[in-house]
Amino acid sequence: MKLTGAEIILECLIREGVEVMFGYPGGAILPTYDAMTKYPQLRHVLVRHEQGAAHMADGYARATGKVGVAIATSGPGATNLVTGIATAMMDSSPIVCITGQVPTPAIGSDAFQETDVTGVTLPVTKHNYLVYDVEDLAYTIKEAFHIARTGRPGPVLVDVPKDVQNAVTEFEYPEDEIILPGYRPPQAAEEEQVRVALELIESAERPVILAGHGVIMSGASRELLQFAEMTQTPIALTLLGKGGVPEHHPLSLGMMGMHGTGQANLAIQNADLLLAFGMRFDDRVTGNLKTYAPNARKIHIDIDSSEIHKNVRADVPIVGDLKTVLNQLLPRMKRIEHKAWMAQIRDWMEDADERDIVNQNVSNRLLAAHVIHDMWTATNGDAIIVTDVGQHQMWEAQYYPHERPHTLLTSGGLGTMGFGMPAAIGAAMGLKQPNVWAIVGDGGFQMTITELGTAAQERVPINIAIINNGYLGMVRQWQEFFYEERYNATPMFNPDFVKLAEAYSIPARRVTTRDEVIAAVEWANSITDGPVLIDFVVEKHDIVYPMVPAGADLHNMIRRPMPSPDGI
Amino acid sequence: MKQTLVALVENKPGVLNRVASLFRRRNFNIDSLTVGRTESPEVSRMTIVVDADAEKVQKQLYKLVNVIQVEDVTDTPNVSRDLALIKVQVNNETRGQVTQLCDIFRAHIVDAGPDTVIVEVTGNEDKITSMTELLRPIGILEMVRTGVVTMTRGDAVLAPPEFYFATNGNRSNGFRQNVL
Ligand SMILES: Cc1ncc(C[n+]2csc(CCOP(=O)(O)OP(=O)(O)O)c2C)c(N)n1
Repeated sequence: MKLTGAEIILECLIREGVEVMFGYPGGAILPTYDAMTKYPQLRHVLVRHEQGAAHMADGYARATGKVGVAIATSGPGATNLVTGIATAMMDSSPIVCITGQVPTPAIGSDAFQETDVTGVTLPVTKHNYLVYDVEDLAYTIKEAFHIARTGRPGPVLVDVPKDVQNAVTEFEYPEDEIILPGYRPPQAAEEEQVRVALELIESAERPVILAGHGVIMSGASRELLQFAEMTQTPIALTLLGKGGVPEHHPLSLGMMGMHGTGQANLAIQNADLLLAFGMRFDDRVTGNLKTYAPNARKIHIDIDSSEIHKNVRADVPIVGDLKTVLNQLLPRMKRIEHKAWMAQIRDWMEDADERDIVNQNVSNRLLAAHVIHDMWTATNGDAIIVTDVGQHQMWEAQYYPHERPHTLLTSGGLGTMGFGMPAAIGAAMGLKQPNVWAIVGDGGFQMTITELGTAAQERVPINIAIINNGYLGMVRQWQEFFYEERYNATPMFNPDFVKLAEAYSIPARRVTTRDEVIAAVEWANSITDGPVLIDFVVEKHDIVYPMVPAGADLHNMIRRPMPSPDGI
Repeated sequence: MKQTLVALVENKPGVLNRVASLFRRRNFNIDSLTVGRTESPEVSRMTIVVDADAEKVQKQLYKLVNVIQVEDVTDTPNVSRDLALIKVQVNNETRGQVTQLCDIFRAHIVDAGPDTVIVEVTGNEDKITSMTELLRPIGILEMVRTGVVTMTRGDAVLAPPEFYFATNGNRSNGFRQNVL
């Protein structure tokens, strides 16, 4: 069968199981857009800005576990993808980006809309390709998907010059297995490491599991719980680890790190064994490395060998797929109890409960924590939540417990404002479910607010909850704590979000008091044939507690003051 | 401490760029980096001397899809060679001195003009450094060094895996002559 390069791209996407791609046309990618008319089974979603396309592909990938696809033209189209690609890279999210490029004879001539896209994206992709020859196209796309989804997943970009898209060749799909001499993702742990790990696990008195994104990516939730229950080991979660284990489980300590729970951070600092499962000791979870878990030995399991010893020296380094490695450990483990340790942890939990704003009666103000707590109630704790970046993201992490994997999608590593709403669109399109909520700040929302057009045009049933505090809240919090309340460049003039949504024919409401919250959420839940928006106007000067200042010792948290009669 | 790594990489467009970019963004200090062909046209070989934790460098290199194999040869008995071409200003008095030095260092004069000679010296880094120190007072006008290439001694072999040749068939595989 003779096909053009453009048709080959789409044939390959279909064979990878792609149903939807997010993109934006332009000169250098037009042959591929034209070829789409022959492949109606591939749905194309027209975004409003290519950054949105990359976040949508990312959200789709995080929600479904499948590879997300974004398409853009050369030059500005491709550079607009970069923030989204970097976001996916930091959080190991599998996406494939296809970009048009100027025709091969023009490459290097500063042609119209020419950018060295493989050069620009080199440090923020897992791998990238510039395809010079149509003969290489099919297996390159196949390799791109393979690399994106295997090992430690990540974004892969394929740059295809316009003449390569137009060139015609005999198409034969490369059916054989992909063999890349320099790419062999690890699987199982070495026997010696398993043996040493088992010894440490058996002799530990104060162990803590640190569960990261790897738990979800490797599908190891069941094995992890079994491990924790057998050894009575409490589990602290990273932000991206949330959902990896049911958060209502008695062994769950909640989130660790800068805005983690008191019990999680104190448990880590007092532990004698840390079991780091698919996490990478980011500075936001360790605080000061010199004082981090000083008495703990560390067993570090990660699929990426370069993460081991990178920030924290591991006593037992294990390179492998978490699920595979846990299945190596489990059959050889004994039942263990840690009564004194668990009693200590329960004390810390009680202290945290007392300080918890959710348990305090604040009637005169709408607090973001209350909004999120009530949202959790009104969605039966079962929504897919996509957040943006800032205070609301941390409140979500603290007040919306997740019970299942892939139910919290958030930009952790890069902290990309503007991620929330487009990623929610991608998630909702992948899951084909109406219970996807985008919880966004008024600042970050406006970074990609333009995708309201996409949501409206495609009738994507996302629920948008703006936590509107009229400030770049998280930055304001740092200014309050560390810059003597000089609120420079953080107050925000905002549009009337309800009217704005209505201009897109999106139903919208404003909520200003706590008693309206549950009804509004239920109202949004009842609308399932397109997007809906709620503008929660919350307290302006609220603070996310606890907080470990950047670089401080993990146990030196700024705690929420004990309740005063009128609340905060 | 300086560490020497030898890497086999695919001979494809941009691979040198990927390695160089990695060193820059991970803040690894490159002392010297040489690239050249191997017995296989699809595989190039790099000798990298770094002032960084060799294990970290090795792991990061392995993350690059085009990097096939990396070995830390710092503590393995090896042969390391650097080549320098040094253009020295000479007159009737000093010409003899240069010739003498060349004898001692087993270097060669590969070009001679009325006022200059080019000295070619091969050896490990120390030897070349000593040679340049002795030539300096005579008058070095220009100098170039290739950087170190290293091969371990004995029977151990670092060569491209065979299966790689078998699977490539008629793909052009992005392969271009002299692309690196
Ligand atoms: C693209 C980008 N620019 C800047 C920042 C720095 N930043 C982190 S949080 C934040 C404030 C976010 O404000 P808002 O979206 O209103 O959310 P809130 O913190 O008020 O919940 C800023 C500016 C960022 N994370 N991403």
